[in-house]
Amino acid sequence: MQPNNIKRRRFLGVILASSASALLLPLRAMAAIWNKAAFEAGQLDKAQKDLGVSGETPSKEIEIIAPDRAENGAIVQLEVTSRIPNTEAIAIFVEKNPTALIGNYIFTNGALPQIVTRIKMAETSDIKIVVKAGDQYYSNAKNVVVLENGCG
Amino acid sequence: MQANMKMRAKLVGDTTSGGVTEVKVIMSHPMETGRKKDDFGVLIPAHFIQLVTATLNDKPVLEIQWGTGISKNPYLTFYLKGAKVGDTISLTWHDNLGATATQDIAVIQS
Repeated sequence: MQPNNIKRRRFLGVILASSASALLLPLRAMAAIWNKAAFEAGQLDKAQKDLGVSGETPSKEIEIIAPDRAENGAIVQLEVTSRIPNTEAIAIFVEKNPTALIGNYIFTNGALPQIVTRIKMAETSDIKIVVKAGDQYYSNAKNVVVLENGCG
Repeated sequence: MQANMKMRAKLVGDTTSGGVTEVKVIMSHPMETGRKKDDFGVLIPAHFIQLVTATLNDKPVLEIQWGTGISKNPYLTFYLKGAKVGDTISLTWHDNLGATATQDIAVIQS
């Protein structure tokens, strides 16, 4: 007769195996969506290129509200509004962070191209915003003085 | 994964006058960059939300990809046109370790 704990072990093994395969599907689907290359790029230029940004036009129609000085780089509140018609996406970059790309926000079905978010900044740097509208890219930037590294 | 998100959705004005719904969210998440060390000098592995999706009555309205540069316990405000009082706004996040959470909220008049 098999000891009960061996049966139990086998049973648990089956459960684990099946839940692992169930988990793999959404992870794979996500990996296809998440732009690994762009998010892991250290340099701003490479991050932008990996995100597909090309030939951006400077635009004052992108409004950036952020503090001029941030005591603690761990939490810098940032508000971005695009007044560019047909804005599809807003990307946030911090030029001097270890990885420059912070986030990419894609709007559909009546979402307005305006967001408030809180970001980490390693040191004094430009926050650069890139807006995608159709095939065109537009950008604006704001410098924030950071007194304490928030990227630990 | 209960109570790891706080959400509020308020309609300002009304839909006939082009009212806008303001959605505010706070998600509970460590957002570890993978570059920080613990008290013993050991690197804390990266653990961060990579994907956030929002829907209005099951229709996608916002898709966000995040890296490690979003602050701990991420805060987000976004704005929707065309939502009505009682409509359902749903938000889901996925992190790099395969965890996920979803929360629904009904639109209220401000």
